[in-house]
Amino acid sequence: MPTSAAEETKTESLLSILLTFLKVGAFTFGGGYAILPVIQQEVVGRKKWVSQKEFADILIITQGMPGQLALNSAIQIGIRLRGIPGGVVGALGVSTPSVVILLAIAAYFYPLIRHNDYVQAIFYGLRPAVVALIASAAYKMGRDILHGWSGIILCAGLLVVAVISQVHPILVLLIGGLVGIFAYRGWDWK
Amino acid sequence: MIAVLFSLYWSFLKVGLFTIGGGYAMIPLMEAEVINVHGWLSASEFLDIIAVAEMTPGPISINAATFIGYTVGGVAGSLIASLGVITPSLVLLLLLSRVLISVIQNPGAQNFIKGLRSALIALILLASFTLGQTAIIDIPTALIFAFILVASLLRQLNPLYFIAAGALLGLILFQY
Repeated sequence: MPTSAAEETKTESLLSILLTFLKVGAFTFGGGYAILPVIQQEVVGRKKWVSQKEFADILIITQGMPGQLALNSAIQIGIRLRGIPGGVVGALGVSTPSVVILLAIAAYFYPLIRHNDYVQAIFYGLRPAVVALIASAAYKMGRDILHGWSGIILCAGLLVVAVISQVHPILVLLIGGLVGIFAYRGWDWK
Repeated sequence: MIAVLFSLYWSFLKVGLFTIGGGYAMIPLMEAEVINVHGWLSASEFLDIIAVAEMTPGPISINAATFIGYTVGGVAGSLIASLGVITPSLVLLLLLSRVLISVIQNPGAQNFIKGLRSALIALILLASFTLGQTAIIDIPTALIFAFILVASLLRQLNPLYFIAAGALLGLILFQY
């Protein structure tokens, strides 16, 4: 019947949700922004679990709520497919490879190699590289978010507050959010 | 030991709860909790772990939480820390997934998030300065920093390439 295809309910097995996200977690390098396109390819393109439109909604929630990007989208896709158990399985899938791999490195490989000269040399180069990536992330976020003077002044003001007062970053974030409610009011985000 | 595990869980729960928008949003929070508040790691140990977390597959925060958790509290610590970082996502989505989209798209919430992310930019910038003091210690490391910074601003590549370049430059420029 032609109508049944349109009303087809999504009944993916929990195992298939788990395996899909295990694969994403185990083989995708480069963090959240690199993982999202892979998830999209997997669940929109190959598996057809969610439509392009649904995935766009998932991304809006993913980026506007607390938590890691890959994790937030995996949980939402799991929920759409199989409710709460699906969400738990999605979270488990995308984070288990991280835990297993990093535990193996932290417990076995790192202590074994950390005093090696070449490993020291690698970390000597990695540290400034990581700091460069952090600085570059600050610049790129600023370029994307701080439109106009109100944003730049808010950011600069909070930088001064953070440097001088040495308060916990959570407090700085909350002050930023509260000031944002007023400073950005009436702004057209489209 | 139980007290340490509880602190780990609570610290990483805060990291998960206040990381909004992903990317390097977790760096200032992790730095504050792990280095300043609890003194679990030195700045250079922290940077080494972030580098390892970048080189390995999976979400960087979960990778870092696992490694830091192991360093502080062994296998139990690694599980507790990674559980802490995923708890806020799991709880919010399982309980509120139907209403989250309308909450996030509410203009007041949008402005709150924009303000919070403006603060985040200041914090990430500050973290790059404080962590830079332990990473950029001589002319070769200053050159590596400048090179990777310019390259990452000019080219939108997977961060893994920049990490690999840093490792390679370290091997070449290190005074053995």
